[in-house]
Amino acid sequence: MTKQLHGIFNDDEVLLNAIKELKSKGIKCTNAYSPFPVHGLDGALGLKRTRISIASFLYGATGTCLALLMMWYMNIWDWPMDIGGKPSWNLYKNIPAFIPITFEFTVLCAAHGMVITFYLRSRLLPGVTPNVIHDRMHDDHFVLTVEGKVSDETAIRESLKQVGAVEIRS
Amino acid sequence: MSNVESPLRPTLIEGDKTLHDITEDVCRPIESKPNKYWWMVFSVACAALLWWIICVAYTVGTGLGVWGLNKTVGWAWDITNFVWWVGIGHAGTLISAILLLFRQKWRLSINRSAEAMTIFAVICAASFIVAHMGRPWVAYWPLPFANQFGSLWVNFNSPLVWDVFAISTYFSVSLVFWYTGLIPDFAAVRDRAKTKARKFWYSALSMGWVGSAKNWQRFEEVSLVLAGISTPLVLSVHSVVSMDFATALVPGWHTTIFPPYFVAGAIFSGFAMVQTLLIITRKVLNLEEYITIYHIDMMNRIILITGSIVGCAYLTEFFIAWYSGVEFEQYAFINRATGPYWWAYWSMMTCNVISPQLMWSSKLRRNLFVTFFLSIIVNIGMWFERFVIIVTSLHRDFVPSSWTMFHPTWVEIGLFIGSIGLFFVPFLLFTRYFPVIAMSELKTILKSSGSQSKKGVQHHD
Repeated sequence: MTKQLHGIFNDDEVLLNAIKELKSKGIKCTNAYSPFPVHGLDGALGLKRTRISIASFLYGATGTCLALLMMWYMNIWDWPMDIGGKPSWNLYKNIPAFIPITFEFTVLCAAHGMVITFYLRSRLLPGVTPNVIHDRMHDDHFVLTVEGKVSDETAIRESLKQVGAVEIRS
Repeated sequence: MSNVESPLRPTLIEGDKTLHDITEDVCRPIESKPNKYWWMVFSVACAALLWWIICVAYTVGTGLGVWGLNKTVGWAWDITNFVWWVGIGHAGTLISAILLLFRQKWRLSINRSAEAMTIFAVICAASFIVAHMGRPWVAYWPLPFANQFGSLWVNFNSPLVWDVFAISTYFSVSLVFWYTGLIPDFAAVRDRAKTKARKFWYSALSMGWVGSAKNWQRFEEVSLVLAGISTPLVLSVHSVVSMDFATALVPGWHTTIFPPYFVAGAIFSGFAMVQTLLIITRKVLNLEEYITIYHIDMMNRIILITGSIVGCAYLTEFFIAWYSGVEFEQYAFINRATGPYWWAYWSMMTCNVISPQLMWSSKLRRNLFVTFFLSIIVNIGMWFERFVIIVTSLHRDFVPSSWTMFHPTWVEIGLFIGSIGLFFVPFLLFTRYFPVIAMSELKTILKSSGSQSKKGVQHHD
């Protein structure tokens, strides 16, 4: 049986030190919540680097291909036009005029694909009920979630207090 | 530690704030009733918006004949207003994207409202594009959709089609950039909400956000990548707008200098608009400790730089017209400066080239009255710039018998004045219902750039 406890902190540096000290005591820090991005917090918790920028690159590359395919099909394959003595018979000759839209469509796909992925992966949708552990956790308080054996609960509470938690919630 | 910064760097948050103070100060306008000045301004904006609706309805119902366009001057106030509004929008993206890449921390107290300005300005710009089509119900024709008009596709060689893609991408990407940044702040308002309605709306808007380490890690990565791709995007948008002109063969339009010149002009007018809005907003919402004189000063420096670039571009254009040896090009420029529209040209020159040079003086840069006055002057000047480019290039074309003047009708004037209402109604609502400062991001610099950390250091500025 494991027991989950939330230590409440009121300073980001105290929180970062707390994670270090608790880890050295063998207490597992599973998550931390902060009102603003705290630098080094993901590293202290041992989180892996997010791959969302790779996803964005792939969405963008898809956009590039789709845009070129669309313009090639519409203006070169399906219905080539000769405008002002500048015929559109080949993609390679026409590509300078296609660059702006290729670029815009790449950005469109990269941005929206990434943001949608972010919302879905972080479960951000209207109607989702958030797990608000402390009513000031998006104001000026920080929450550190630790896990340990039920039998160790008093020891964990004691260590949380030692490292500077102002309050402990279960 | 990450919080160490040279104490010589200027204070970005005055008044010895704590994290909780920032939340309180930013949430106060949302949680209190607006005062009578807000209602007064809001009523005027609503009246202007109503007037805009009437003018749009009259234009659409009767046809473009109600405008002052004629067969020589086929574009006038409509495109002037479009370019003016799109240009204004550019400062928001510059602040949130380019200044993020350059790690300029002073952007943090102004990026939210500047991005809001971007969104509403682009809406105003788009309204002129749709209105000038005359038949807005076929506004979807520039989109590449399979149709029954004889298998015709749109012409992807045309800058007007590029513009459709550029503006719509710009609008939607700016919108998600803005909204993603708002989510953590909406969560902060949600957690404090006392009334049922506020709890409901801010729960929906914050979409269940909790500031877990993983969420913040993704949030920061998303912000960085969005900034990275918005930077070339914003530069491309006004470049494409300028190509609407530059790829035409009209003397005065057919110049390769247009893309960088338009982008500099856009940032110039956009920052002027940010100054106009923020000098009022910081006072009305008591945010003077967050949007400090230093912030105003930094924006004035950008106005000075971009204004000088624009001045250089004007002179270069004139020089190249002479140097090219093309008599039509030469005439277009002589006509601008000395022809019947000389007053528009010289208004533009005075407002855009001469007046920003006052900003070399740090005393004037830090003076709120001067800044506010100058920001209005710059925006008038930038409106004239577009008017000069469009109307003076068109009104005397290749056939002297068709030379004419352009006179706006009350409908066009109404559309322009009304579009200012179309901008201010959502902006004023934004100041009441949205966190005007990106508080979750601003909190990251409190320890390094707040006034507490600068104690005991003498500033000489």
